[in-house]
Amino acid sequence: MSDSEESKDKKKKAEPHAKSIDPAALEMLQKADAAGISTVFSRVDEMKACPIGAAGSCCQLCAMGPCRLVGKNAEEKTGICGATHGTIGARYMVRAIAGGVAAHSDHGRDIAKTLLAVSKGKVQGYEVKDTEKLNAVAALMKISTEGREVNDIAGEVAQRALDNFNGVVDDELTYVSRAPKKRQELWRKLKLVPRGVDREVVESMHRTHVGVDQDADHLLDQGMRTSLADGWGGAMLATDLSDILFGTPKPLVSEANLGVLKEEDVNIIVHGHEPTLSEMIVAAAQDPEVIEYAKSKGAKGITLAGICCTANEILQRHGIPPAGNFLHQELAIITGAVDAMIVDVQCVLQALQPLAEKFHTKLITTSPKAKIPGATHVEFEEERALDIAKDIVRMGIDNYANRGEVTIPQYTGDMVAGFSHEYINYMLGGRYRASFRPLNDNIMNGKIQGAVAIVGCNNPRVTQDESIIYLVRELIKNNILVVQTGCAAHASAKYGLLAPETLEEAGDGLREVCETVGMPPVLHLGSCVDNSRIMTILSHVVEEGGLGDDISDLPIAAICPEYYCEKALAIGTYAAASGAYVVFGVRNPVEDCKEVVDIMSNGWEEKVGGQLVFEPDMKKILEMVLNKIQEKREALGINEEKERVLLDMAARREL
Amino acid sequence: MSKVIATSVIAGAHQWVSEAEEALRQAIDQFGPEQAIELPNTGYYLPVIYGLTGIKVEKIKDMEQVLEHARELLPEGPAERLWTPYLGTALDAGVATLFAEEIIESLRYLLQPGFYTETDAPTADNLWLGAADDVIMRERGVEFVDGTAPGFAAITGAAPDVETAVKIAQELKEKMLYVFIAGKNQNTGVSFADQLVEGGMELGWNTRLVPFSPFVSGHIFSLGFATRAALAFGGVQAGDYRNVLKYNKDRVFAFVLALDEVSDKKYATAAGAISYGFPTIADTPIPEILPTGVCTYEHVVSNVPHDEMVARAIEVRGLKVVVTEVPVPVSYSPAFEGERIRKGEYWVELAGPKSAGCEFTEIADDVEDGKVTVVGPEIDDVEEGSTIPLAVHVEVSGRKMQKDFEPILERQGHSFFNEAEGVLHMGQRDTIWMRISKRAHDAGFNFEHLGKIIHARYHADFGEVVDKVQVTINTQQEDVEKLLERAQVAYQERDDRLGSLTDESVDTFYSCILCQSFAPTHVCVITPERPGLCGSYNWLDGKAAYEMNPTGGNQPVPKGVTVDEERGQWSGVNEYVKEHSQGAVEAFNTYSMLENPMTSCGCFEVISCILPMCNGIMTVNREFKGDTPSGMKFSTLAGSVGGGVQSPGFLGHSRYYMGSPKFISADGGIKRLVWMPKELKEEMRDILQKAGELAGVPDLVDKIATEENGTEESEVLEYLTKVGHPALEMDPMF
Repeated sequence: MSDSEESKDKKKKAEPHAKSIDPAALEMLQKADAAGISTVFSRVDEMKACPIGAAGSCCQLCAMGPCRLVGKNAEEKTGICGATHGTIGARYMVRAIAGGVAAHSDHGRDIAKTLLAVSKGKVQGYEVKDTEKLNAVAALMKISTEGREVNDIAGEVAQRALDNFNGVVDDELTYVSRAPKKRQELWRKLKLVPRGVDREVVESMHRTHVGVDQDADHLLDQGMRTSLADGWGGAMLATDLSDILFGTPKPLVSEANLGVLKEEDVNIIVHGHEPTLSEMIVAAAQDPEVIEYAKSKGAKGITLAGICCTANEILQRHGIPPAGNFLHQELAIITGAVDAMIVDVQCVLQALQPLAEKFHTKLITTSPKAKIPGATHVEFEEERALDIAKDIVRMGIDNYANRGEVTIPQYTGDMVAGFSHEYINYMLGGRYRASFRPLNDNIMNGKIQGAVAIVGCNNPRVTQDESIIYLVRELIKNNILVVQTGCAAHASAKYGLLAPETLEEAGDGLREVCETVGMPPVLHLGSCVDNSRIMTILSHVVEEGGLGDDISDLPIAAICPEYYCEKALAIGTYAAASGAYVVFGVRNPVEDCKEVVDIMSNGWEEKVGGQLVFEPDMKKILEMVLNKIQEKREALGINEEKERVLLDMAARREL
Repeated sequence: MSKVIATSVIAGAHQWVSEAEEALRQAIDQFGPEQAIELPNTGYYLPVIYGLTGIKVEKIKDMEQVLEHARELLPEGPAERLWTPYLGTALDAGVATLFAEEIIESLRYLLQPGFYTETDAPTADNLWLGAADDVIMRERGVEFVDGTAPGFAAITGAAPDVETAVKIAQELKEKMLYVFIAGKNQNTGVSFADQLVEGGMELGWNTRLVPFSPFVSGHIFSLGFATRAALAFGGVQAGDYRNVLKYNKDRVFAFVLALDEVSDKKYATAAGAISYGFPTIADTPIPEILPTGVCTYEHVVSNVPHDEMVARAIEVRGLKVVVTEVPVPVSYSPAFEGERIRKGEYWVELAGPKSAGCEFTEIADDVEDGKVTVVGPEIDDVEEGSTIPLAVHVEVSGRKMQKDFEPILERQGHSFFNEAEGVLHMGQRDTIWMRISKRAHDAGFNFEHLGKIIHARYHADFGEVVDKVQVTINTQQEDVEKLLERAQVAYQERDDRLGSLTDESVDTFYSCILCQSFAPTHVCVITPERPGLCGSYNWLDGKAAYEMNPTGGNQPVPKGVTVDEERGQWSGVNEYVKEHSQGAVEAFNTYSMLENPMTSCGCFEVISCILPMCNGIMTVNREFKGDTPSGMKFSTLAGSVGGGVQSPGFLGHSRYYMGSPKFISADGGIKRLVWMPKELKEEMRDILQKAGELAGVPDLVDKIATEENGTEESEVLEYLTKVGHPALEMDPMF
């Protein structure tokens, strides 16, 4: 290699940074380094992010380009078609949102189809597990339940859900009615009410096609509308229909990290997103016959663990431990202890197969939507769901004998998971006094200053888990209740922050409330589609009263500190369009598009009361979020010391 | 809920449910599953179970499903580490405890007959009253409604000594609260009630010191009382647990005073109370639960010194008690109104059947405010146990004072005097009868204080119209007779004035929404010929109350355009009622019980309901506990009339309304009255006689059947036919 080539190559390499704060990850990375195995952690050093694309200055929508708007006077440059930075950035955002919405909503659609199949008795192993929730969802959909068979109701609910995707619901998604009244009116006024999940995705793809919509603000409105079709559509349906089929989560005890794998057991990991398959894998792995089969192959039993959101789905409902978050998928294989990794859709690295080939792990793809070259494909069909699941588990068992050297890092974190909006409502008053009143009251009296959702992914461009853990710890110290989903929740789980004992780290006020309720100061609400649970909770909090009359009045915020994918942008956008202050870490994907940056922060704040901003520095994120919460508290007038209201008879008449 | 408390609550709840299961097993073994079970004289079955679940426990086998539900509510206690949330589960355990306790206590009536006195005051050999029946609940409910009793303190355990117990009880009474007592000190076996008796206090519903039970489970009677308030006055449907509990959180200002050691079982009971929004204030250093939410403010406050307990409890419950300062050397509060002073207990008896007396309030010139003159012997001048005459002459002046207000002010003397501890007042006008206890005398109370009470209360309660008040207390026969003579003329004039007021002669009625603190959708409309259903307010009272407090609970209601003269429906009244019932009532007829009748808060003195076979109506008073020809006892009837709901064919009203020419005049009037309890008939005889004469049936009273003639409608009909009751000849009622 010549000198010049070497220096050119160096330029492409990223500045090395600490890989992770997780000792389990570091142990596995050491093993990988020693064996000369590449991982997402090493490849990220090998390849610097393209600086033009990273800041939103690259448009590759047509064959006249790709156009790059860089160099001198970059801000004034346009693409060949004349597209400005603003248009290019807005198109990028809208397409990313559409991509994310499509992913969540396709997931939601499949659940709806499963529910429909269940209602027709055409499936194996599934049934309606939570009729109370079915009735609640039916009521919300204005479907009558009186005197009807469960499957009859389920069929109509499923059909109504599918109508939401297809856009045959009177130009307004059903769940829009779940939002606070004022928010609904605002959306209607601004024409932000989604009219059908598929329709908004299609329209987004159309409007971002070259030569169509070229007004950044107008484009970003469509971005918001599309995102709302996720948060108040596809994802919300995914959550609710999953609860109906598989049960609404209730708190349970589990643990997380690679230490959950057991050397003497057959270890099976489910990785991906949809609960449909994983539910059956759980059933199969607990089947006495299957366990017997594992024993016959010399194992002590079967350990099932999860990665990514599929882990969250089976954690929340069955207590199945997560082996780790997004960046742990390769590390799990590197333990040498994983006999089968079963994947479906989303966030599955293509690098898994070449890695699995270096160990004995069998990578099994199952979704008709996703194949990986070299992996074993066993297509999943609902009609034979349990049989297929058993076959897959048996494949893992058969592979147990092929193990080589096994190194399981002995790290786990204890946790209590399984919070749903239904349970939160229950836990604050019991069956007879269930309500969000105590939460509102304690936010109003300042024992809890506010609530922040810390959600989203891992990204190898930043130190794994570092900013998530920093923010969780600092926020609870500042008496802010933290709720989590997705891989960010796994991060907290690994370090024991989801355990109720974490109240020791909370500020006095939050600690007191946690002691009263018996809850941890950091609540795990589930998978990424379950961010919709947060929307439902916020609506309940508004409805309960005393904290304004819209989500944008609440002292709340959302942070996605280590985001990496389009789904995260979709979620962040619907949160902002619902009135939340949303901060993303890592980097701003449209940093060079000043107009877009301004619209998503100042413009949206004025328009919908929420913002989507990017800030790579976690300390600054903390400061921004704390300030925003105080700003909201001030506006609500709840920061002033209030005298206790004592009621006499006349005051009681006024009630 | 702190983890320590949740652990105790859950452990206690398991014990309660097991105990209830055992009691039920025993009862089934002994009496069989079909055995009827009820608490004394209530239309609300086992009220906590009925209110929260809608289950009507009528036979002991019905308890099985309740206990199954309670069992299902019972959670595991929180884990040592990695616990899951325990607030919701502990509150569930609290509710399970209430169900278990109600079963245990109602079975006690069966398994240990005679354990409770079932009276409204202790008997010579038994302190424990047991559950309040519906008569007591409604009578006392009125006080909760009008604010003279803002709530109750539920006391468990015992104070460290008698003196402390008496002090706490006295202080609670001064704050106008009821004191409900159940349970005792587990180590000494002494209860708070024992301590009060030892301290010389009179117990019973009249004195607001209510000894329910020596067992903690007896506090289910406190919650049964609270639950019935929601059902009877709040219009909440049985089984609508959310609103039963919310009603109590918002409107019934009760709390638990936990004296001495708090056992697991007491914790479990207190957790049940928390679901009602009733917090616990303890004198021991148990863990606290300060964050708010289920209760209005704190949930458990502990280690409170005894001399601060009452004040702290009131603050924690979020209650404001407005107490009028009255310069007398004895305690003063509505809670003392019900005390009795028996022969041998009084220093002096004034007026009454053995002597002469009267009260007379009039407008006068040259009133010297605050001047109290005692003419004749003072209290120390008379011998212990003597009886002397008394005339209380009150002279007032004020720019806004009117002649029509005189009787209103005068009548209040009854409450004003009674609220002083050791002073008993009965009757009004020239039938007054007072006693002053030896204890009050020993405390320095004298006749001049009677005047001071009037002066203070007139200013506090009627300050809007009264500027100056002077009082003369006459205790010499000739002075009393002189005033009496003048007063009797005035009484007659007042009666004539009231008698001349008709609904037609005025263009404005008065509303009464005082009860909306308790019955949020009920509106009373008071007309000259139809007093308020509680019997406490007539049209003049309403008018005066409005003028004295223009933003208060009594507002003018312009009649507006007549919609239906016969039924008594006016546009202005309809509009007012619709607005103030939050739209619940669109229209109402003043003179009909069949079509759009007036609603009730639940404070009615009597209920009338139709007897279809007899082509008439029956009327029953709330004191009557027996069966009626409607097939329902008063308590059951009351359940269908109260809570601001229009129930055609049923009407809650005052006793006095029966004498009005407008008494259900659109439905045929007093001639429809075919049955009433004998006692009520005798009490109302004069009024009914006049009303009968006016209706052209002078012998009507004697044609009205009573329970002596039958409590089946067919028996009543037989009697009516025999005596030729006019209702049988009238047009069909509907």
